[in-house]
Amino acid sequence: MDGHAGTRSSLVWAVNLAAALMVLLWTIPTFGLLVTSLRDSDQIAASGWWKAPFTSVQSDFVRAGTAPDQVAEGEIWVIAGNVLEQGEKLRAWGTDSRDPMAFAPGDVATLADGRTLSVAVDGAYRLTSPVEFTETRGMRIFITTLTPPRFTFENFTRVIGAEGLGQAFLNTFTVTIPATIIPILIAAFAAYALAWMEFPGRALLIAAVVGLLVVPLQLALIPLLKLHNDIGLGKGYMGIWLAHTGFGLPLAIYLLRNYMVGLPREIIESARVDGASDFQIFRRIILPLSFPALASFAIFQFLWVWNDLLVATVFLGNTREQLVMTGVLRELMGSRGGDWEILAASAFISIAVPLVVFFAMQKYLVRGLLAGSVKGG
Amino acid sequence: MEQFLLASGTIVAGVFGCVAWFWGSNIALDLALPARGPRAGANMQRAGAIRPWLFLGPAILILAVYLVYPVINSAWRALNDADGTTFVGLKNYQWLLADSKFHESLGNNMLWLVTVPALSTVFGLIAAQITDRIRWGSFAKSMIFMPMAISFVGAGVIWKFIYDFRGEGLEQIGLLNAIVVYFGGTPQTWLVTPFWNSFLLMAVLIWIQTGFAMVILSAALRGIPEESIEAAILDGANPWQVFSRIKVPQIWGTIAVVWTTITITVLKVFDIVFVMTNGEWGTQVLANLMYNWMFRGAPDYGRGSAIAIVIMALVTPIMIWNIRNARREMR
Repeated sequence: MDGHAGTRSSLVWAVNLAAALMVLLWTIPTFGLLVTSLRDSDQIAASGWWKAPFTSVQSDFVRAGTAPDQVAEGEIWVIAGNVLEQGEKLRAWGTDSRDPMAFAPGDVATLADGRTLSVAVDGAYRLTSPVEFTETRGMRIFITTLTPPRFTFENFTRVIGAEGLGQAFLNTFTVTIPATIIPILIAAFAAYALAWMEFPGRALLIAAVVGLLVVPLQLALIPLLKLHNDIGLGKGYMGIWLAHTGFGLPLAIYLLRNYMVGLPREIIESARVDGASDFQIFRRIILPLSFPALASFAIFQFLWVWNDLLVATVFLGNTREQLVMTGVLRELMGSRGGDWEILAASAFISIAVPLVVFFAMQKYLVRGLLAGSVKGG
Repeated sequence: MEQFLLASGTIVAGVFGCVAWFWGSNIALDLALPARGPRAGANMQRAGAIRPWLFLGPAILILAVYLVYPVINSAWRALNDADGTTFVGLKNYQWLLADSKFHESLGNNMLWLVTVPALSTVFGLIAAQITDRIRWGSFAKSMIFMPMAISFVGAGVIWKFIYDFRGEGLEQIGLLNAIVVYFGGTPQTWLVTPFWNSFLLMAVLIWIQTGFAMVILSAALRGIPEESIEAAILDGANPWQVFSRIKVPQIWGTIAVVWTTITITVLKVFDIVFVMTNGEWGTQVLANLMYNWMFRGAPDYGRGSAIAIVIMALVTPIMIWNIRNARREMR
């Protein structure tokens, strides 16, 4: 619509290109993690994830058999075996680390003392000697192999079982669902009172809620932990549910009040004239009409609680059975720093649920953001 | 299984408890002050004065215990010693002023404070402007918005993988080093290189927050009246001029909201630093420093609380600004 006629098509191109570039930049990190989580662990370490669909070339060495493995074949002594693992293809081999690709598959190399070594295409090697072998340590055969791309769900099965992510998944759900539902209930009533009931101090309370939106929850950790210990709640689910309810309540009240205040006055007035009590108005009129706002907050709170690490670290115990997924992920980052197959699969499991919720309920999330964009993290 | 029962039991009990309270207390009020008989008028008035507090009661109680009390309690703890038994006055704050780690954290927080909101808002504005003009805009928006759903810890894993380092000559599996090597550079140990590593951590938060900025700014851009844009085009303004002189000035208010919201997130930034560097190699920030004093080794609640109060003090101006805005809107 805007722009001069002559520059218009080139501008459209530039805009499309810029958008494509941004989308690419913003999705590549997550995409790389997804690809990595599906790759074979040896391949992850051998090549970048962007090379995943291609055959990878790997250089390695294997040790030939030792003296006990030899068999006599007439005049000569032979050690035989195979240098390849399943799925690999031999490209070249060698006997010297300075020239590991000296021979092609099928060649025969002549070594010192009248020995010979041959490695066939299928990886079968044959080391021969005119005299009996005496070594206790096998000689090194350098191989260059081609490995076709291999994708697997092994990483996922492994982290769900052995790394305790399955338990953590359940724990996270246990924390998240009540911590999402309870604040909605409490906030809905409070929001109705703040929106549609006249009483002294209302403006002050609304201001207080807006103020509490930004209180850093770091402040709350020690006092609340001490409080929970004093009243015998200790560390556990009850404590973390209450804590998340408290931390989510200001946003819930703020969002819901803003929404309820915008509902048409006539409906509520006419219900009052008909003799409906506040409780009836709230239950029959306000609550059903406020569904979009309730959904918005529910998504916010769900994402926030699911993704939280700090509150869970402080208010839940830190044994393996008690950790939530962010906690396990954090622990794995420390203990399994370089094992990307484990980290990638774990991270992907922990972000899968929020991503599904995000894509399914994006509309409500956007609406909620637009209604209450004063809260940060 | 037991856990599942506990959780569903809590949901049922919580929901039932809430409903019972609101419903029961309302009925109790109606019974105590019936809107009938000789004193109906006076009773209705008194019931009307009490009822809001029945609706608000649970919320006020929880807000008071879980947000107001901790602020006051932390302020008090900051004036006491490590285990909160002896009053030490301003000693903890004096210690803060002299502590080099605190200086480092404060400096880094300021660096984050300048960089992250600025770049997130600028990228968000660009994304909003270009995605509104293309056919596949809503798809593009979804993709840029997506990191918002990912936890800071998950994002930490994702980006740590990008910054991964292998020795020179080895095959790089981290995207950043692979690009550097492809263009003939030498691979770097990104996260342990002081000063610049802070910016690499900031990149994670910018990546997450840009979508948030985009969504809000996009709505604001679409709210600009068509006439002002058409008039500018008729006057011969080029697209850039339309954007920078007509559109942006009209959405300053929204930009300010986005900026301050991200600023609050930045002041509290914890998880990203905690999982990626744990504040080492010069990347310490206040929230992580506080965590160290409160939960690592021998806890010092006095010093930890003092740092928490500093974070609170940094947030306060924005809090006041928000309250003033909210009150203005209500009138």
